[in-house]
Amino acid sequence: MVLAQTHTDLDLVAHLLRRAGFGADQAEIERYAEKSYDEIVDDLVHPERFPQVEDDVLGRFYPHLAANKDNGAVWNGRWMFRMVNTERPLEEKMTLFWHGILATGWTKSEHTPSMVNHMQMLRDNCLANFRTILLELSKDPAMIFWLDNNENHGVSINENYGREILELFSMGIGNYTEDDIKNAARAFTGWTFTQPLPLYPFGHFEAEFVYREEDHDAGEKEFLGQKGNFNGEDIIDIIARQEATARFIARHLYTFFVADEPQVPAWSIQEPNDPEAIQIMVDAWMESDADIRHVVSTMLKSDFFKNARMKRVKSPTNFVSNVVKISGDYREVDVGLESFQGTLVAMGQTLMDPPSVEGWHTGKEWIDGGTLTERVNFAIDTLNDASKPGVRNIIEAVRDLDEPRTGEKVVEVVLQHLCRLVVDEASFDALVEHAYEGGDIDFENEEESEERILRLITLAVSTREFQFE
Amino acid sequence: MAMNGNGNGTNGKHKDPVLVVIQLSGGNDFMNTVIPYTEGVYYDVRPLVGMPEDKVIPITEKLAFHPNAGALKEIWDEGKVAIIQGIGYENSSRSHFRAMDIWHTCEPDTIATEGWLAKVIREMDPDGENPVTAVNFGRGLPRALAAPNVTATSIGDLDNYGLMSSIEVTDERDENLEIFKRMYTPAVGSGLVMDYLGQTGRDVLKGADMLSVAPQMYKSNVEYADNPIAQALRDVVRVHTANLGTRIFYTNHLGYDHHAQEVPAHNKLIGELSEAIRDFMQDLRDHDAADEVTILVFTEFGRRIKDNGSGTDHGSGGGAFLIGEHVKGGLYSEYPPLDRPSWLNDEDLRHTYDFRGMYGTILEQWFGLDPVPIVGGSFEQLQPYEKTLV
Repeated sequence: MVLAQTHTDLDLVAHLLRRAGFGADQAEIERYAEKSYDEIVDDLVHPERFPQVEDDVLGRFYPHLAANKDNGAVWNGRWMFRMVNTERPLEEKMTLFWHGILATGWTKSEHTPSMVNHMQMLRDNCLANFRTILLELSKDPAMIFWLDNNENHGVSINENYGREILELFSMGIGNYTEDDIKNAARAFTGWTFTQPLPLYPFGHFEAEFVYREEDHDAGEKEFLGQKGNFNGEDIIDIIARQEATARFIARHLYTFFVADEPQVPAWSIQEPNDPEAIQIMVDAWMESDADIRHVVSTMLKSDFFKNARMKRVKSPTNFVSNVVKISGDYREVDVGLESFQGTLVAMGQTLMDPPSVEGWHTGKEWIDGGTLTERVNFAIDTLNDASKPGVRNIIEAVRDLDEPRTGEKVVEVVLQHLCRLVVDEASFDALVEHAYEGGDIDFENEEESEERILRLITLAVSTREFQFE
Repeated sequence: MAMNGNGNGTNGKHKDPVLVVIQLSGGNDFMNTVIPYTEGVYYDVRPLVGMPEDKVIPITEKLAFHPNAGALKEIWDEGKVAIIQGIGYENSSRSHFRAMDIWHTCEPDTIATEGWLAKVIREMDPDGENPVTAVNFGRGLPRALAAPNVTATSIGDLDNYGLMSSIEVTDERDENLEIFKRMYTPAVGSGLVMDYLGQTGRDVLKGADMLSVAPQMYKSNVEYADNPIAQALRDVVRVHTANLGTRIFYTNHLGYDHHAQEVPAHNKLIGELSEAIRDFMQDLRDHDAADEVTILVFTEFGRRIKDNGSGTDHGSGGGAFLIGEHVKGGLYSEYPPLDRPSWLNDEDLRHTYDFRGMYGTILEQWFGLDPVPIVGGSFEQLQPYEKTLV
């Protein structure tokens, strides 16, 4: 096999693309590796340097649904298509990141167009200054309805948004008082949306943000020790300056991109596993005045990131997109994308519909008997098919091996093509033993050799290690 | 205690006690579930979400069920429903997540990692021999069932549960499962999460084998409604009647967090819940499998006394239910006082009973276990059982 001239270690590139993207096949890893590591990161944090995925063409397959944004399964399938095909992988990954923290769900409104627009809002601002992100979030009709800010009136506050913007979206519990919550809620009075037209007979219509001054409590407020006739923008500005906010979002970034940590409720009591890493990100936040692009870039270029191999349990979305990338499925728009909705639901992650405003519980909590079964079965169902282009590549790579094709060499090539999977000795031995079972693979016999390699692939993606990234 | 699958037989033999937990997620509004319908103050503070006096279903001179809880009233009339009023704890958390954590771990002051029911599983099955000692229906394992080295099974779809189910050649599948088992037997010190994954994988293999019989064995005349809570309770009967030694069943009824839109949302949920429980009880009785079952219905907190013009905000002082053949129906503890000076922080129901006392009641009286190490202390117990099995 002739490798392209590379600048960056292929295993490191695979690691980066698993975390800052959705995994990659061997060719893509080699292509990225032609640049230096820091250049790759710079490209990732500047998605505007690359074209967008042309997924509008999906409309030809689902004309009615794609046009009126009224089918969540199709839109989530379309998102999966983007994850697999985008040349801006970090843009989609950051969208997923914010979706898990600024968690807004479909269940309450059952209003798909607002959720579709909400996701686009996250995508458009995913690497912006944190103020911009919170501001756009506070004006987002899906969020306003989700946390009842449309019921938050000057004469009678509903403190739900005021509470969660502090507890879950920025500072974390223990850094503010109940009075701060009430005053934040007062500042967001009058932030609501236009009433969309009713569902029938034309389907859902979109809602738009509207600021109703007559419903706004313009009185003086005291918030985090400051006094003024604050409106929502002022509250957001104060929040973004807080070191507690920098620390809270840094811990979220660390958990999402670097290594699994305990869930948020433990944070006010439990120190981070790597306090120095968090401090580096907090410093990046404070020196850039809350520029998310800068914080993320600092993180991805750090040693603590580069060394954090196999430290996260793949989320269902990462698991499925990794498998699909390896399979070579859906490199072109095709029908069937909507089926990913059900797959992800069964693994415990319904996109556009997190279980609560807390987002998903991650890490080890993704795995239980039921979800592990779904994962293993999905990987096998997808890859146990020699006609798929990605699977064909693996079979060809094994065939291209120089003689003698020992069991060890065969297993190594298979693992390499599974986004450079590394397994422990026991798993490796079990796979090698299986490779030897039934004697040497007879490559003259196409059917048999294919069958044998397929079984190795299905066993390799059933390993514990394949559940990690 | 017998841990094999013979405990729930139907021939008048000894039956091991079973607990079915129904978690109402989001904070069920207790004041609109068990309604103080003769109190003027109820109508004063709840102009929007208050239930009209002529619609509620009276159960005593002072209290009434929600208008949609007619099915639950039928069981109440049989004397099988204990209402634990004003259940909660000091300084009730208004965060769903923290509040649910507290209910799941019995640790109001610190962050704990072990669920209270996981500790029960450890008592019942110390060597982790039966992966279906505790079964959750739903996505993911609730924290109540989770602790290091404790096995519980979580089932999304009972009818298609098993690994590599798409490999049709039986020999090939068996061989693959053997290799799988080997790869999931971790080397010493491969890390906590890796170990957990290995254990989970091996338990799935064993549990799937055991559970595969349940759907085929089950026959029933009860027609459950097509909603998640009814279907989950039907699954409980399917596994319970398969006699696999399951002692704890857990399921989650989602959607109680209605700050706004409370009236239509809560009406629907309460109707679904009470009908599901009635059908579940009937199904158990038809299978001669009701005697050994206690149902616990709980929520993480109640809601604010006053409505906010569209719904109610997070509050405290909720209510729980114990339901079962051996339950002595009636009202337990006290309804939180409604006169304004008694309100907590001038807006919340004051809790009148510590939830850990109710857990202790179930642990000691129903399961015959020492509650102190599980709930972290001695708390006043109730006497809700006419007789128990231990």
